[in-house]
Amino acid sequence: MPSLKELKNRIGSVKSTKKITKAKQMVAAAKLRRAEEAAKAARPYAVEMEGVLANLSAAAKDNPNAPRLLAGTGSDETQLLIVATADKGLCGAFNSNIVRLARERIVALQAQGKIVKLVCVGRKGEDQLRRLYGDLIVWKTNFVETKSIGFHEAQEIAEKVLEMFRAGEFDVATLFYGEFKNVVSQVPTAQQIIPAEAPDGVEAPDLKGAIYDYEPDEEEILRTLLPRYVAVQIFRALLENIASEQAASMTAMDNATRNAGELIDKLTLQYNRARQAQITKELIEIISGAEAL
Amino acid sequence: MAGKLHFNLVSPERQLVSEDVDQVDVPGSEGVFGVLPNHAPFMSTMAPGVVRVLNGGEEKRIFVRGGFADVTPAGLTVLAEEAVFVADLDREELARRIKSCEAAVADDEAQPETRQRAAAELGQLKELEASL
Repeated sequence: MPSLKELKNRIGSVKSTKKITKAKQMVAAAKLRRAEEAAKAARPYAVEMEGVLANLSAAAKDNPNAPRLLAGTGSDETQLLIVATADKGLCGAFNSNIVRLARERIVALQAQGKIVKLVCVGRKGEDQLRRLYGDLIVWKTNFVETKSIGFHEAQEIAEKVLEMFRAGEFDVATLFYGEFKNVVSQVPTAQQIIPAEAPDGVEAPDLKGAIYDYEPDEEEILRTLLPRYVAVQIFRALLENIASEQAASMTAMDNATRNAGELIDKLTLQYNRARQAQITKELIEIISGAEAL
Repeated sequence: MAGKLHFNLVSPERQLVSEDVDQVDVPGSEGVFGVLPNHAPFMSTMAPGVVRVLNGGEEKRIFVRGGFADVTPAGLTVLAEEAVFVADLDREELARRIKSCEAAVADDEAQPETRQRAAAELGQLKELEASL
């Protein structure tokens, strides 16, 4: 049986933990709203871009000179996995879920004898992957120093990836991130970005028999469009990740706050019992002392 | 005029315009072109410049920094790399950015790549200033 003083100290420490988790939960809730808005605001661009790409790739499909970003290198020997996670913890299993999905993919690919390379975006994913696959990480970055993630940051990552692609360092690139479904569900997702796959459900517009005109020409447009497509997909993944992280953090902190509350109740009960027991004990001592006289 | 042209302007960060208009002038990389309702399907890359949107005698001007314009029977979609309403531009901010770019171009110790990029940005900013 712990002493009264010990119990009191424990209650105090759990109370301050509860204050912290409560504050973190409210911060996450506020950030979530902003992140969700940013993710929503970026959607039209990505959707329009997919439309344009679907339209162009339909035209370029039979072209033997189609850019390699669209057609691929004709091999899938070297696979690049871009794992985007958060920089901070305290968000439940959010980071671990993304890492687990990536790890399963690594194991599957290595079993097929493929070469796997890793790019880590975000500190938490890197921490977890470094232990097992430290030698596979070819490049890493994080946004610890960056206040708000804009398109510029996505573009930097895209440029790095494209540079590696041009140097022939990999054949297929897949992006891992947590897709933001809603506040209670964030789904770890893998998406192939190189070679670009025309997304499902987007059809080239019906031209009613008219002929599409391109300026300067199809290939030139594809050449500028595809690198941007990669950047846009990365940007979208980053925004989804931020929203997911905040949502996961909010849920995790809500649970933590509730647990702390329950623990405080339990400890308070124990404390009161111990106090009562002590009073009773003292009374018995006094009474038996008086009776002995 | 028969009908209106549905015009969408999106930048990676957000959607700026989505409405029915009379005419849009787009700064294509091979020259400015106007788009009227029922334009033939057409796709072009864009040079940095100003998109003019005409609607019922009103004119809106939006600075874009490269991107794509896509004309389909459904309307015109502009995918801009960066887009700002000309009315929202701040002259002082612009002058400041031009100055910092000029400094970067003049910096002899910087990497040639960085200087090149700064020079390109400087050209775009000058263009933007001229459009004010």
